[in-house]
Amino acid sequence: MSILHHIFALATKEFLAVLRDRRSRFVLIGPPIIQLLIFGYAATFDLNNIPLGIYNEDNGAASRELISHFRGSPHFQIIKRVERDAEITPLIDGRQTLMVLHVGPRFSAKMERGDTAPVQVIVDGRNSNTAMLALNYARSIVLDFNRKWSGRKGQAGPPAHLQVRAWFNSNLESRWFIIPGIVGLLTLVVTLVITALSVAREREADTFDQLLVTPLRPTEILIGKALPGMVIGIIEGSFIILVAVVWFDIPLRGNLGALYLGLFLFLLSAVGVGLMISSLAITQQQGLLGAFLFLVPAVILSGFATPIANMPQVVQTLTYLDPLRYFLIVLRGVFLEGSSIELLTDQYWPMALIGLCSLALAGWLFRHRMY
Amino acid sequence: MSCQVSGFHATHMRLRGMIRKEWLQILRDPSSLAIAFILPLVLLLLFGYGVSLDARHIPLALVVEQPDAQTASLTGAFERSDYFTPTRFSNIQAAQLALKTHQVDGIVWLRNNFGCCLLAGDNAAIGVIVNGVNANQARITEGYIQGVWQTWLQNQSNAEGRDLPIPVTLEHRIWFNPAMRSQDFLIPGLIAVIMTLTGALLTAMVVAREWERGTMEALMVTPIRIWEILIGKLIPYFVLGMGGMLLTVAMARWQFDVPLRGSFWTLLGSSALFMLVALGMGLLISILAKSQFVAGQVAIIVTFLPAFLLSGFIFDISSMPTAVQAITHLVPARYFVAILQTLFLAGDIWPLVLANSSALLLISLIFLVLIKYKARKRLD
Repeated sequence: MSILHHIFALATKEFLAVLRDRRSRFVLIGPPIIQLLIFGYAATFDLNNIPLGIYNEDNGAASRELISHFRGSPHFQIIKRVERDAEITPLIDGRQTLMVLHVGPRFSAKMERGDTAPVQVIVDGRNSNTAMLALNYARSIVLDFNRKWSGRKGQAGPPAHLQVRAWFNSNLESRWFIIPGIVGLLTLVVTLVITALSVAREREADTFDQLLVTPLRPTEILIGKALPGMVIGIIEGSFIILVAVVWFDIPLRGNLGALYLGLFLFLLSAVGVGLMISSLAITQQQGLLGAFLFLVPAVILSGFATPIANMPQVVQTLTYLDPLRYFLIVLRGVFLEGSSIELLTDQYWPMALIGLCSLALAGWLFRHRMY
Repeated sequence: MSCQVSGFHATHMRLRGMIRKEWLQILRDPSSLAIAFILPLVLLLLFGYGVSLDARHIPLALVVEQPDAQTASLTGAFERSDYFTPTRFSNIQAAQLALKTHQVDGIVWLRNNFGCCLLAGDNAAIGVIVNGVNANQARITEGYIQGVWQTWLQNQSNAEGRDLPIPVTLEHRIWFNPAMRSQDFLIPGLIAVIMTLTGALLTAMVVAREWERGTMEALMVTPIRIWEILIGKLIPYFVLGMGGMLLTVAMARWQFDVPLRGSFWTLLGSSALFMLVALGMGLLISILAKSQFVAGQVAIIVTFLPAFLLSGFIFDISSMPTAVQAITHLVPARYFVAILQTLFLAGDIWPLVLANSSALLLISLIFLVLIKYKARKRLD
């Protein structure tokens, strides 16, 4: 019983240390909500209203019909009619339009003769991902136009066509991919900052040595220090998951058990890493710097925005140390694919391993890193 | 004696003393040198190689129910493509299981009537299923599959010696980055993200120490003026930060082979403006935040995450909702990302560079005024 009593007393003290100050209370609640809303809307790869310039040298009906297909698409917005070749460069250079559609002078004539008529698009390639997606949209508009034109003229279409279906996210909304990622991202930020300072704060105030000479065993100190991070992390995580489902309408197809097992193990690893950083640090400043130095690569190399499969092998190997990597797979698996606990086993155990190792190391450092 | 020293001369002397003190501090404590040089070096190496949107060797399942010459030519086209690593599956159920367990990212499915429909000119269907969880990657995969399909159609009709019945073909020219290498736009953006971190950390972490130890008050009782202290602090860290900046630019150019089409001096000028903004932001955070806990949270919230998500570094700003677009105007990295992407890939496009540089100049002035005002207030 006394173990529970010790842990409870220490955890209460730790909670008070975080929640006593009005500002730090606010920091735990305000920014995550604001960030969730802003980032939830900001972080999308989907393009809409791509600014488009039209350079039409042809004045036949066919070119007008093609352009009306672009005008009707939600992906494009025609913002400029170009009259001369020389106008294209400043338009693209100054980023006024992402794309210019150029229809040559004999376009309609060729079409009427039944010849293949080329049109040209010029794309701003500064952001190659955007350029490629815009080009794909333009291609599908032209394909659609071709099908209608051939159908009307009674010409045979191409001998084979593609029937494309996307599983799990049939409209290919990138928000469905990004927002479950933000759940992991924000939970990590909050937990890491709470725990990374908890030991360092006491070291700075010289109360950690006092804590070590009390009858509390290192394991008890460890659990007492880890509890607030876990509890606050679970609450914040649940809240963000709720907003993702209720506000952003992200489908939650799997069961909550699989999700919360993932959240628990992820928090274990995040708290472990945070306490490890904290017990290495002499000052709170070093603790923060350490948290920062862990957080930035952990986010960028987690597969949050750019797929891990695109990374070179060495960097891919490095991502196995990143707990966020596993949690993102759990989040996306449970949210979108309805993955079960069995299917996600390979994500659970590495997080548990990272958590246990880093906690053990943190506990060892409590006693062995003295000044 | 002292009243003979002119005001300018006194300022000059005090500033020199202050800068000398800061330099000694920097040289004795390696942490600021590490933040200025080692941090950008390691981060750019790690992210420069790690962050890429170019999918190559996408694992793809091929299901052919009735193999014949027609299907062989189509599957051959997928096997020759650099974008795909195809695996054969004997039936669609096995392929769908592989898609569910993430062994493949997409399926190309030729049903048993494919060959005869194709020969009969009956518009044969090619079934394509992609895993849509990562929507962006799924779109790119779809685009690649479409590309393989179109090339195959063209080859088929060429082999049969007839024209492909396509009314309109789309020819494209990609300016600035014809090979569509995503690293060419991600690495200039990374420089902005990394420099936001470095600049803010340099001052937030190092200057905050002076407040903590109470040595700031000790400085204040000397004849030195507040703005002299602030400038004396900014100049050495500015030099350090610019050193880190040059290092990352050199790495982008020679290590990652990103072309630098604009002039070096334009780059240097706009980088100096941005460095001023980043240092000012760090200084302001360290003055405003009373506790380290809040300072740390604020530093992460206002530097790294906005620079990562709201700067246009990876997510296109023009596709964001209008309200969020308005918020991005408060993120200094946004202007620097636009400048860097243009200077590296397009060249000195003055209207764009000047507009974004003036925004940076304005922000740095606002920061400096706020810093001066708040620093005095904090002491009262």
